[in-house]
Amino acid sequence: MISLFKTIWNWLDDRLGISVLLSPAKHIAPHDAKWWYVFGSATLVAFIVQVATGVALAFSYISSSSQAYETLLFITNSAPFGRFLRGLHYYGASAMVLMVGAHMAQTFLFGAYKFPREMTWTTGIMLLAFTLVMGFTGQLLRWDSTAAWSVVVAAEQAGRIPIIGGWVARFILGGNSIGGATLSRFFAIHVFVLPGIMFAFIGLHLWLVFRHGISEPPVAGKPVNPATYRAEYEELLKKSGKPFWPDLAWRDVIISTLLIVAITVAAFFVGPPVLDKPPDPSILAADPKPDWYLLWYFGLLSLIPARIEGYVMIGMPILIGLLLLFVPIWNHKGERAASRRPWAIAVVCLSVIMIGALWWEGQHSPWSPNFEAQPLSEKVVGASSGPIFTGAQLFHDKGCLNCHLIQGDGGRRGPDLTYIADKLTHDNLVIRIVNGGTNMPAFGPSLKPGELDALVAFLETRKRPFRRQEQQADTASSKTAATRDWHR
Amino acid sequence: MNTSLTESSSTPLTESPEEISRRRFFEKLSIALIGLCTAIVGVPLVGFIIAPFFRNVPEKWVTIGKPDDFQIGKTVAVTVTDPSPLPWAGITAKSAVWLRRVTEDSFIAFSANCMHLGCPVRWLEEADLFMCPCHGGVYYSDGQVAAGPPPRPLFRYEVRVTNGEVQMKQAIVPISTTL
Repeated sequence: MISLFKTIWNWLDDRLGISVLLSPAKHIAPHDAKWWYVFGSATLVAFIVQVATGVALAFSYISSSSQAYETLLFITNSAPFGRFLRGLHYYGASAMVLMVGAHMAQTFLFGAYKFPREMTWTTGIMLLAFTLVMGFTGQLLRWDSTAAWSVVVAAEQAGRIPIIGGWVARFILGGNSIGGATLSRFFAIHVFVLPGIMFAFIGLHLWLVFRHGISEPPVAGKPVNPATYRAEYEELLKKSGKPFWPDLAWRDVIISTLLIVAITVAAFFVGPPVLDKPPDPSILAADPKPDWYLLWYFGLLSLIPARIEGYVMIGMPILIGLLLLFVPIWNHKGERAASRRPWAIAVVCLSVIMIGALWWEGQHSPWSPNFEAQPLSEKVVGASSGPIFTGAQLFHDKGCLNCHLIQGDGGRRGPDLTYIADKLTHDNLVIRIVNGGTNMPAFGPSLKPGELDALVAFLETRKRPFRRQEQQADTASSKTAATRDWHR
Repeated sequence: MNTSLTESSSTPLTESPEEISRRRFFEKLSIALIGLCTAIVGVPLVGFIIAPFFRNVPEKWVTIGKPDDFQIGKTVAVTVTDPSPLPWAGITAKSAVWLRRVTEDSFIAFSANCMHLGCPVRWLEEADLFMCPCHGGVYYSDGQVAAGPPPRPLFRYEVRVTNGEVQMKQAIVPISTTL
């Protein structure tokens, strides 16, 4: 029986060349390319998960502007394993973004982009860009209210490109506004165009890995010299190289297994992103935000001064892209060890801190008004009737609470007004409310008689407790003195 | 010298000049035919994909209600349906504008898109303000920018009352280019 299988295998292998096809997996690699080298294969595994789950989802998903939302509801709530599959696809995308980032950081810190692997790095940067675009277009295929409005935001951003901006915006929307043509073009891009390009680039990237070999871990004091590097590398492989499969690949398999387990656990226990309201552009109670991997960019666009945001919006991705693409062109030789390249460590650390901080800001969006702000409680207001109570009600009704915090309630767009009376006098408060201020509307024209007094009366009670006690004490002592004077 | 060395791997050195010329001709012919085939398939393909660039959408008047449907002084969200949507557009053929009845026969219609990045602005009746949830753009009741990053006032659509109907002229909301 075994010999029969062997005979069949030998026949197939001879005719199909399977062993030859798989032989690159056994290429000789540096023996010490160990745990730091697992991120590339983990990214590839995440991509394979995306392809497999994406194909499965396409069995039920209809890329029609009018039906996609319904099919997503069906996939999530009715189809066997549908919710789980959506979760796998979402967390697979998240894993892919994380792994491609880790892979890039490791390659950069190890100086593996230097001679002769410049184009391996460049194709990797292209794959990073495609991964992010896949992430964004994938979010749009979750065709709910957030997705629909995100398309509008994307078109508005593209519209700022000089000269051709209007055309690009119309291309994104599939017309002058969201409509029947919008979703299908994102579907085509997400499912056919980008994956096709990515397959080609992954093939090229892997080919370059085999062509130039897996880079050896850097050694401080041993710089890359393009004139001698190839001979030194060949010598190293002859001396101590090991076949990638299975001597080195087992670590990749372990990390990839852990990755799959993590994706599976997240998909099963946390589930896919909840669908927002239907993609009806006439529903205006929407708050579009990108998925987590682009929240940092959302944060950046919100924090930069408005007068330069157009330049940042268009120029920054181009500048970062060019910098990354051309890093190995002007820095292709010399030291590879991170210990001899402190600027490389600084670049990675600063990038992580910057992206992390912007992500945090994007997640919390303090610049967005809080439309869910509820009227302040009597306990916070400190009154249940009278001008202070009325002022607190007006503070909510006039939208002040959408932007300002009072004892932890409200929005964070403007300053926290919990203790505003410690800083502003009665007159200052009146001037600020009537005339507005930096980033604050003028409320003078919209306030009815008496409303301004009530608002100010409420805000004047917003003092630190000890100040309030001091004031009460001052008031009490002055009253006592006044009474004493009166009795005299 | 280099040319002959390169050719030596694929071309017998014994070929006559006529044969080389014939091979060159067929080489060029093949490249030209490949280019032609690519153009035959590629031009309509690219044209099909970029057609939205050139789609000229006529600006039409659409009826959004009768005057009595709206109270004087009130600002309300009105749903507008694209009069000629693609058959499969479904609910995406809808959009909304903020409509205010100013007097008996005078209306103002504001675009619901923030002029910063197009997010849907909300009308706060009591506050007399439009607010954007995305980046905190704020507009006064007349559409002028009150705070935040919007570079220009809310877009206004043309509105008319004709034959007992309130009609709005559909228009492309201009992209708020700040470059």
